[in-house]
Amino acid sequence: MNARSGPFAGIADALAQVGACGLFGLQVLAALPASLRHWRESVRQIWFTGAMSLVIIMTCGLFVGMVLGLQLYYVLSIFGGTAALGTVVSLSLYRELGPVVTALLFAGRAGTSITAEIGLMRATDQLDAMEMMAVDPIAYVAAPRFLAGIIAMPLLACVFNALGIFGAHLVGVSWLGLDNGTFWSNMTSSVDVWKDVVNGVWKSVAFGAVVALIAVFQGYTTAPTSEGVAHATTRTVVFSSIVVLAIDFVMTAFLM
Amino acid sequence: MRVRGLRTVLGRKTIFDGVDVDIPRGKVTAIMGPSGCGKTTMLRHITGQRMPDAGRIEIDGANVPTLSRQALFDLREKIGYLFQNSALLTDYDVFENVAFPLRQHLRLPEDVLRNIVLTKLEAVGLRGAAALMPAELSGGMARRVALARAIIRDPMLILYDEPFVGLDPIALNQVLRMIRTLNDTLGVTSVLVAHEFSAVARVADLVYLLAGGKVVAQGTPEALRKDPSPWTRQFFGGEADGPVPFQYPARDYATDLGFSEAAR
Repeated sequence: MNARSGPFAGIADALAQVGACGLFGLQVLAALPASLRHWRESVRQIWFTGAMSLVIIMTCGLFVGMVLGLQLYYVLSIFGGTAALGTVVSLSLYRELGPVVTALLFAGRAGTSITAEIGLMRATDQLDAMEMMAVDPIAYVAAPRFLAGIIAMPLLACVFNALGIFGAHLVGVSWLGLDNGTFWSNMTSSVDVWKDVVNGVWKSVAFGAVVALIAVFQGYTTAPTSEGVAHATTRTVVFSSIVVLAIDFVMTAFLM
Repeated sequence: MRVRGLRTVLGRKTIFDGVDVDIPRGKVTAIMGPSGCGKTTMLRHITGQRMPDAGRIEIDGANVPTLSRQALFDLREKIGYLFQNSALLTDYDVFENVAFPLRQHLRLPEDVLRNIVLTKLEAVGLRGAAALMPAELSGGMARRVALARAIIRDPMLILYDEPFVGLDPIALNQVLRMIRTLNDTLGVTSVLVAHEFSAVARVADLVYLLAGGKVVAQGTPEALRKDPSPWTRQFFGGEADGPVPFQYPARDYATDLGFSEAAR
């Protein structure tokens, strides 16, 4: 029985996609040294995926922090522990919410546009044209975007965390009347730079790599039609979200 | 350039079934045939973008299907390729599109690079459009920019994929004149894939007619015009039906319409 047409066709297709994406990832890694020749393209992509995502990351970070501040203040007040608000908010952000929510937003904002851009380049023969000009599209198009994802994601996650803490401070201290000194001193005494902050940064590096790889792969292998580009863009968001959450669980288990 | 015993199967369809083609150096050779006969696939075989199932494709003594990726890239640096839809890089303006191959492969001083690019743009009549973006160009202009990009490194071989599609009569004449001029002045070998016999006849030295996976006719445009075979008569005469059937293979028409069932 042919696995691609039998009852397990969906699973077989998904496994084939994972395998193909893995092989593509190896090609991208192999092309990274060559892509450094196109450093201007890498800088342009860091600007495009990183700086251009700042508005959505900052806005969402602020609101997530405000909601966290509000919810946690309410819960902590039941136990008389509102003084721990800064600690709980910052640990939640550094360890989990910062990297994960930033990665999901990054997939929605930068990942989709990477997929759509490369997909349209495929549909309009621009990638074939590069091949014909003896320019490797993986080194010129895929690798700089992959590199940009790895560099931009941790920076965006840091911005998200900073705005999140600011949002929680806004709600907890400025609105609900928590003492400013208590908020900051409890936070700084409880948060460990290596265990909490740096581990969160590692997570965001890993998330940046997988989201960028999935986005580039989906664009590169899209069917050269408008429907193909639309499906590839959707797949980028769906696959990125699933893989980010799955990797988050694995990394959390190892980094605890 | 020589093609020997080319065989290609895509899905269930045999595209080439033992095709032999000789492309003489310094001449304009046209590959013609009905839609879907594999003309563009032939160009992709020549450039190594798609590998055939069997056969040899020799360019300057090298057999393309056996070349490594690096050797293929080295070969492609000597080939200019004009895509059917121009395939300009949409993020770059006209100047940067034409300069792209130079920037990627050579480290030229900016003023030298600028002069080379402007010379090529002048040759295609678009020096004044250097600052325009691809989205601001008409189809004919985009084709000419793509041509300037294809010849920027003075290739030994230029491949044109459907260069006449969608051109108005003025742009068509300009492209025809440029193909002939480039061939005569640079001494390059040109291969063009096209449908339009009237245009091809004005520029080609040699024509191959492909159909049914084989070369069904070859010769000068004048010789093919007089060729009595049904293939050439149908293709060059524009007859709707003949050796290339008008109807895609299908079940019996009456059965499809349900008449035979009703009769029973």
